Amino acid sequence: MNKQKVAKYFGWKLVRFIVLMIAVAIFSFVLLDLSPIDPVNAYLHGAAVSETQRQILQQYFGTNVPLPEKIFHWLMDLLQGNLGISLIYRRPVIDVIIDKFMASLALMALSWILSGVIGFALGVVAGKNKGSWIDKVVKVYCYAIQSAPSFWVGMLVLMIFSVYLGWFPIGFGVPIGVRSTDATFIEWATRLVLPTLTLSLVGLAPITMYTRNELTQVLSSDFVLFAKSRGEKGWDLVKNHGIRNILLPAITLQFLSFSELFGGAVMIEQVFSYPGIGQTAVAAGLQNDVPLFLGIVVISAIFVFVGNLLADISYYFIDPRIKENEFND
Amino acid sequence: MIKKKANDKEQWFIYRANLRTKTLVVIGLAIVIILSIFISGYFIRDIPTDFASAMQMPSLEHLFGTDWMGRDMFQRTIAGLGLSIMVGFIASVVSTIISIILGLFSSFNKFADEVVAGIIDLFGSIPHILLIILVSIMFGGGVYGVIMGVGLTHWTPLARVLRSEVKEIKTKEYISLSENLGRNKVWIAIKHIFPLIISQIIVGVILMFPHAIMHEAAITFLGFGLPPHEPAIGVILAESMHYLSSGCWWLAFYPGLSLLLVVLLFDLIGENVEKLLNPETAQE
Repeated sequence: MNKQKVAKYFGWKLVRFIVLMIAVAIFSFVLLDLSPIDPVNAYLHGAAVSETQRQILQQYFGTNVPLPEKIFHWLMDLLQGNLGISLIYRRPVIDVIIDKFMASLALMALSWILSGVIGFALGVVAGKNKGSWIDKVVKVYCYAIQSAPSFWVGMLVLMIFSVYLGWFPIGFGVPIGVRSTDATFIEWATRLVLPTLTLSLVGLAPITMYTRNELTQVLSSDFVLFAKSRGEKGWDLVKNHGIRNILLPAITLQFLSFSELFGGAVMIEQVFSYPGIGQTAVAAGLQNDVPLFLGIVVISAIFVFVGNLLADISYYFIDPRIKENEFND
Repeated sequence: MIKKKANDKEQWFIYRANLRTKTLVVIGLAIVIILSIFISGYFIRDIPTDFASAMQMPSLEHLFGTDWMGRDMFQRTIAGLGLSIMVGFIASVVSTIISIILGLFSSFNKFADEVVAGIIDLFGSIPHILLIILVSIMFGGGVYGVIMGVGLTHWTPLARVLRSEVKEIKTKEYISLSENLGRNKVWIAIKHIFPLIISQIIVGVILMFPHAIMHEAAITFLGFGLPPHEPAIGVILAESMHYLSSGCWWLAFYPGLSLLLVVLLFDLIGENVEKLLNPETAQE
């Protein structure tokens, strides 16, 4: 592979990343600046203070300067990794985010893998047996789950497994009264099962539908007809001609779903009161914690960008068909 | 292995009609159901509270059961769906206008096209739910915040489609001919490009609806926007969270299921309209 081209590719991606991040940072900052939230009031929680004290606070937070200057300060601070102090947690935003993001990452990574594997398998089975009852069941399930609100699915799961069967605790990352660092692995893991299950159940619909449609298309192509006439059939046929063709685009699609994954995590963490980044984002939004919310927006944008980048890489560098066209001419 | 059906293409309808008639019937039925939900939701204003019959299981008298204040959940659900449909409608109109403007704007020149692509990228780079929260906070929350939050963020898929469509139309000869005749860009965009993308717009709007409704429910569930006494689906579901552990499954199950059905109905309409508008499948 041509090294220069690869370097150019990543250089271009890096430039894009920086431009996009600056745009996201400015955009979200301007939106929140236009909002009726007064950061000083949010900090004071409505406590009565004299006008001079308020002015001192405004001076301290830098809220009484014109908008371009505020944006400039925000970008400079962002560059140094200083996202400010969270108003809810009274801790640096960056610490809060790292803390919560790790918890979410476990949830998201697990359900991402699960939904990918199960979704792909279901899609292959449905596509191979097109028109059979199993195909219909998979199709109905996918349509239904794509139209169902993810938090409602979470509530159903919670009702079935926690309330009626009583297999799992109703929520929270760790038992009440135990510090998160003191919780045992089992305690922590049992509380991860239901959110992961829900997020996987919701997330597998697109990948299943995609795999199913692609597989049926491949199986009706001429080269499969030829392979059939040579005597290949059954699982071997699907494995050699179907999966080889579909697996990579499916992985790419799965990487592109990072945005939905994050959105799903926000809703599902809320239902299961799982102490992750999504729940923190909602709390920050509801309680006017502007620094924390801005920080989460920036982090989530980075997260989505990484997903898209990985999708791009898997598309350009792993797929043998693209490689030949793009880099060997 | 699993047996295949003899003929995949055989329809499961009882009587034989051509596809166009069937599609129209399906669209008509779905629209009637949605309109009836919307209109009856509009007229349900004050749901009587009756503490004597609080927390009842679903029965013939109360189809979806009753909540902790003895209010009939069926009425609340219908009212909530009506509200959701209204929010979805306004949001779709706002989103459609934005995507049409951006789509036509991208036809002006290469720079405009890049600007539109950049805006689409920017909106696509933040997870959708966070973006909605961001916009609704900017508008100060409340019903207005929710409508704007949902409306200002759903235009990206349609705008993307329109942009690529416009790009293709721009290569046609009559556009360059028109340019050579000295027509200005706005005139060309409105007279030559706009009529060609109308069918895309119609399909895009209908397919936008279910997303808008779902996101409206999601954001009110999280607690942004609508006040707790308003019977929005998200509010109803958030409230029923408190009663989950006491086994009141009907409080959450039926409202969510009805939301799912409404969303499915919109999907159904969208797919069938697309079938009618797409010249490849319209004449089957």
